[in-house]
Amino acid sequence: MLAAFLGFELIRRVSPLLHTPLMSLTNAIASISVVGAILISGDKDATTLSRVLGFIAVVSATTNLVSGYLITDRMLKMFRKREPGKK
Amino acid sequence: MSVFQLLYLVAAALFILALKWMSSPSTARRGVISGEVGMLLAVVGTLMRHEIVNYEWILIALLVGSAIGVPLAIFMPMTAVPQRTAISQACGAFASALIGTAEYYRLYPHGFTMGALAVEILLGFLTTTASLMAFGKLNEMLPGRPIVFKGQNFFNLGLLLAAVIIGVMLVVNPGNSFLFPIFVGLALVFGILLIIPIGGADMPTVIALLNSYAGLSACAMGFALDNKLLIISGALDGSSGFILSIIMCRAMNRSFTNVLFGGFGQLQTSTAGTEAKPVRSASPEEAAQILEDARSVVVIPGYGMAVAQAQHKIRELHDALTKKGVDVKFAIHPVAGRMPGHMNVLLAEADVPYDKLIEMEDINPELGMTDVALIVGANDIVNPAAENDPTSPIAGMPILAAYKARTVMIIKRGMSAGFAGIDNELYYRPNTLMLFGDAKSFVSSLVKEIGAAVHA
Repeated sequence: MLAAFLGFELIRRVSPLLHTPLMSLTNAIASISVVGAILISGDKDATTLSRVLGFIAVVSATTNLVSGYLITDRMLKMFRKREPGKK
Repeated sequence: MSVFQLLYLVAAALFILALKWMSSPSTARRGVISGEVGMLLAVVGTLMRHEIVNYEWILIALLVGSAIGVPLAIFMPMTAVPQRTAISQACGAFASALIGTAEYYRLYPHGFTMGALAVEILLGFLTTTASLMAFGKLNEMLPGRPIVFKGQNFFNLGLLLAAVIIGVMLVVNPGNSFLFPIFVGLALVFGILLIIPIGGADMPTVIALLNSYAGLSACAMGFALDNKLLIISGALDGSSGFILSIIMCRAMNRSFTNVLFGGFGQLQTSTAGTEAKPVRSASPEEAAQILEDARSVVVIPGYGMAVAQAQHKIRELHDALTKKGVDVKFAIHPVAGRMPGHMNVLLAEADVPYDKLIEMEDINPELGMTDVALIVGANDIVNPAAENDPTSPIAGMPILAAYKARTVMIIKRGMSAGFAGIDNELYYRPNTLMLFGDAKSFVSSLVKEIGAAVHA
């Protein structure tokens, strides 16, 4: 609940200029579910089913994670480049 | 407190800082890095937990995921960012849905945990198919127009209700495992049906909303697995997605329910007698002349610019005009394009300085003193009907007041109506010039004309 409130406050101050990178960042943060996926598939007494599902989950969460961060960074690089340039 | 708990705490703090730093372009990249470090700590911390014994498969999975994710990020053109976000969202939601499934079959949990699990699975699968549908629409593999059928809303609500009832039954008696696949199926189907009636222009809202669902799903997973890090980051994500979609809705003066249930655009048949009204059009030479003589120019980009990939040409135009002493600015409507901030990213890709990108509230008072408003592939966001025709479907939607400018030039392929399916009276105003043609080629001929004049 506290986190939700905090999220609200933080996002309200983000300028619309950065909404797209912001979305891809939160998108990447959503792949925190990789943690849950690891917990499931790596557990000592995991069944075959949960191991297989966990495996797929880790794969797709990592896809989300890696591409999310990389593309956010790529986008922001473009915003950055001409900061020293044309004032 | 054990090591992994400490790492989780740090990771959560880093996520919060990441969002905080995103609030300004100058610190945004720091924000991304902090988010990356946070994620790394979270993964490392999880791997260090002693109940984790099965490393090989996890490592392989991490590698496979990276192998898919890296090219996805690097080779995706910037115009395809909305699609990428949608597909990536589908992946993330799919992951949390699968985890929920695995957890269910492993433990058949009871009470609160099962409730959280049901929420996680419902939102997870729903977001998966919904994001895939959004991807299809954005990528133009599916028709962007809303697909509606009679009684659709009742059908959808019924479906959701059925899913919720089965979910409750599962919570009450988790042993009913035959109900589980039905539950999953209903969530998947509901995800599809949720998106098909929503048209292309509402995609910014929908993507933000789906983002929120994916976050909430992760948050529910946190409750189910009793993992605080998941709860915190899921909630952060959920609330940020939610507030973004509220911002988007407000920018269109429409309510949530309206976006979700309103199939927009099929309400309208184009008004009769449209063809009879005269429009003035101009050649690139004439248009270039007007631009050169202007002191201030405001460029208003829309989805048409993204489709035509005209952003680089527009930057050249900006450079050529700036060189001649013309003050060029860009006016960005909050819902221009197909996702929040879409235009900003495209123009940034083309090296337009971001301090030239002005938000709607800040530019509108200035437009009255502007010599030329150059509209590139935008329509509904500059339609004065939103302000002065209360019967118009977009009535009340905030618009860029392009009509206040001394001269309005509109680059457009034809006279067709915009997404909302309504005629734009701006086209028929006496101070409006229509520039018919593909945005990219038209802008490049403008640049050529202006460049030629410089050398002459």
